[in-house]
Amino acid sequence: MALENSVIQTKLVDTFDHLVSDFVQIHDILTFHVDSDAILQVMQFLRDDETLRFNFLTDLCGMHLPDADVDKRFAVVYHMHNWIDNKRIRIKCFLGEEPEIDSVTPLFLSANWQERETYDFYGIIFKGHPQLKRILNMDEMVSFPLRKEFPMEDGGRTDKDDRFFGRTVDNC
Amino acid sequence: MASDLLLPPEIRFQGIIDKHKNDDGSELAILNLGPTHPATHGIFQNILLMDGERIIEGEGTVGYIHRAFEKIAENRPFYQINTLTDRMNYCSSPINNMGWWMTVEKALNIEVPKRVQYLRVIVMELARIADHIICNSVLGVDTGALTGFLYVFQYREKIYEIYEEICGARLTTNMGRIGGFERDWSPEAFRKLNVFLEEFPKIWGEFESLLVRNRIFMDRTINAGSITAEKAMSYGFTGPNLRAAGIDYDIRVAQPYSSYEDFDFEIPVGKSGDTYDRFCVRNAEVWESLKIIRQALDKMPEGPFHADVPDYYLPPKEDVYNTMEGLIYHFKIVMGEIPVPVTEVYHAVEGGNGELGFYLVTDGSRTPFRLHFRRPCFIYYQAFNEMVKGEMLSDAIATLSSLNVIAGELDA
Repeated sequence: MALENSVIQTKLVDTFDHLVSDFVQIHDILTFHVDSDAILQVMQFLRDDETLRFNFLTDLCGMHLPDADVDKRFAVVYHMHNWIDNKRIRIKCFLGEEPEIDSVTPLFLSANWQERETYDFYGIIFKGHPQLKRILNMDEMVSFPLRKEFPMEDGGRTDKDDRFFGRTVDNC
Repeated sequence: MASDLLLPPEIRFQGIIDKHKNDDGSELAILNLGPTHPATHGIFQNILLMDGERIIEGEGTVGYIHRAFEKIAENRPFYQINTLTDRMNYCSSPINNMGWWMTVEKALNIEVPKRVQYLRVIVMELARIADHIICNSVLGVDTGALTGFLYVFQYREKIYEIYEEICGARLTTNMGRIGGFERDWSPEAFRKLNVFLEEFPKIWGEFESLLVRNRIFMDRTINAGSITAEKAMSYGFTGPNLRAAGIDYDIRVAQPYSSYEDFDFEIPVGKSGDTYDRFCVRNAEVWESLKIIRQALDKMPEGPFHADVPDYYLPPKEDVYNTMEGLIYHFKIVMGEIPVPVTEVYHAVEGGNGELGFYLVTDGSRTPFRLHFRRPCFIYYQAFNEMVKGEMLSDAIATLSSLNVIAGELDA
């Protein structure tokens, strides 16, 4: 028998009460929010519970929401997969302007580099991570490039200035 | 200890070297394997701490060809993102290509015709064969056997010729569209596919017999770079590397997409998760892929080669040049002016290397709000140092080769 959304929701709400919320099915995946302070406990429960058995952390990534409320400017999104019942879930943790969240590396080794990548691009601090340093960008970099305010290209570049292509304010 | 780990490996390892001076004056050495070394199969560096030829400790440094695909994707409409996905695992780019379009179709709630699904299955399986040809034959080269590589590599070219017939391109194929293919497959493409199916099995059989029971190859690969099933799962392994450790998880079976449920095929699994098992699993997978392609060709339904979604499917070029509607639609689609529903989807396909996932969040604007690629190579590579710890340097070369880490996908 397949693992139903209602079973997951009931078990989580019974155990964690208001720390889990906003359960909704989006396309084929059950999505819900978890209080950022409780992520480690919730994920451990999801992994170790005899019914839930979410034994695989598929994906972990960050998100920047500059237009959201102050306490929801950043999010960490986790995708977990129960291979036995073949069920996927998506967990979202929202964070404020100084984003900090517990590392889930004690539960899943795969989180190590994925959290480093998220830190590298969004500046989200993963507390308890053994080696939280940049991974894809160079160590000397000071900004976090996937944040929305980070420009794609240096606005001061002159080699792509319209004037060099014969276009001026008057003729374009 | 955590603060130590934040130091660059050269400095951190120097501390360990200073502590471990032998009485005879010999000491541990730091070896830089890569970033540009033929055996690393791409631009990434392994800084290894060596005791003679034995690896004591290691750290992987990546990011040398990081191209900020996720950032670029946030500034491009869907059709322009396609070219980014093709450049991740370029050894099997049609899988990335099809995976991306399936993700978009899921977000837009588009149902594609059965013929499209079967054609996609064929092209994805061809890509998987091409990927495994490279991985396994180069594993032979890395262990000193060039012959197998020369035998089979020409068949990757034959696969590329089939791609060329389908879309005109060979490496970064860009053959998909939202809802189907850019054009229907020509009779020549099917002819080339049939020739491939006739000729390739014999060559692959020869390649297999060259290495599978080869004493030297077995000595070099058995028990090299082993990983247990539990560790592999915790490290996020999927695809052939996981199956070699004994877990029969395959997305084509677990969560079928593109009509994979219509085909009958096995999931090869290994036992010990070592380099030899990874080689054997990939070898067996090629046979299964051939089986799937034959079934798809036999059962190929007639019908259109794309879904009827004029809002998203690019109009034919003659319409763009000759009709005003065609021109307008083309322009609107390419510039991303067609509204996209506000949604989020995660879609995964069984890539040549494992679970290739696309997490797409849209906010109704012309570009994705967030696009994250779950890249299997990025996930595997963090396990590499643990897999080779305590082994010989030559084992590390074979292990790295058998993991099939592609730098383009690792860095993205």
